[in-house]
Amino acid sequence: MNLGAFGNYVLPMVVLLIIGVALFKNVSLFDTFIEGAKDGIILGFQVFPCLLGMIFGINLLLRSHLISDILGLFSPLFSLFNFPKEILPLAFIRPISGNASFAMMIDIFKTYGVDSYLGRIAAVMQGATDTTIYVISLYFGSIGIKNIRYALKAGLFADFVTLVISVLLVSLLF
Amino acid sequence: MVNKIWGSFIVIGLFYGFITGKIDMMNQEIIECGSSSFELFFSMFPMMILWSGIMKIAQEAGILEFLSRLLRPFFSLIFPELKKDDPALQYIASNLTINMLGIHNASTPFGLKAMKCLQEENPKKDTASKSMITFLVLNTSGVTLIATDILAVRSGMGSVNPTDLLLVTILATILNTTFALLMNAYLGRRER
Repeated sequence: MNLGAFGNYVLPMVVLLIIGVALFKNVSLFDTFIEGAKDGIILGFQVFPCLLGMIFGINLLLRSHLISDILGLFSPLFSLFNFPKEILPLAFIRPISGNASFAMMIDIFKTYGVDSYLGRIAAVMQGATDTTIYVISLYFGSIGIKNIRYALKAGLFADFVTLVISVLLVSLLF
Repeated sequence: MVNKIWGSFIVIGLFYGFITGKIDMMNQEIIECGSSSFELFFSMFPMMILWSGIMKIAQEAGILEFLSRLLRPFFSLIFPELKKDDPALQYIASNLTINMLGIHNASTPFGLKAMKCLQEENPKKDTASKSMITFLVLNTSGVTLIATDILAVRSGMGSVNPTDLLLVTILATILNTTFALLMNAYLGRRER
């Protein structure tokens, strides 16, 4: 089976399943939908300030190019360990901004090729983890958590593991 | 903590921008940030409304409960502090399921709702509870099994076999989630 085409079925199937079961169980579908959708509006407005604030901070940091400049300084060190340093900017941006890292992944595809070693690492890394800082600020911001304890540590640890695992797996398997 | 991170992003970004002569870029960002986040918001907002509606239907039809019952063994392992029938688990189960299918915008309402439920049981309202952090780690480590957006880009850019990374990505996801949960359990125990 072509799994790429399978991807197209995911969303419609989920909708079909939910609505189908509900129809079968005699849920008053449209009323319930409207009721839930109203909650969605409130939820959206609650989330927007977090979103705006986070994008503001993240973009200022990204646009200053501080991260890429720092990585440039360390690149001889990574070549020493035979580590694909071209992937590092992506690894650093991945926990901070999903959109920026997605754009970087496409950039790596364009520069080195979709099916290249680097292209594959980029794709696995982008797919296997989610945006830590974004999730923390959105989820905790929406309920007013100020002390996040060890959440950032644990989240960034996951991102670091993903970097190592992506490089290892792609090196071993392709 | 979030306060400090946010503040340092801005101060460090602006400061480094100044000394490297990117004042134009900084100006542009401050001016355009509003509209660019509005754009992102409006690409998410209708999805959130739609999926909050569908979520309510799924809840009424008992699908959320079914999902959380299905994932119960896993949940009792990683959320030992929550009751078996905790309402938050329903939303967590749905959030995870939809995330696994790679529909991130649709999963956000479930995740926010789960956090709200967890907050109700949280004794210290401004401090993250253990279960909140575990749920967060699950989310940030990523549980996507089929990353449809990446698949689409790879096939669009002429990959010979766009799906050949599917199993590798799933393997990477499982491994990093496992490690992240172990780390989370360790950090949680250490801080108590």
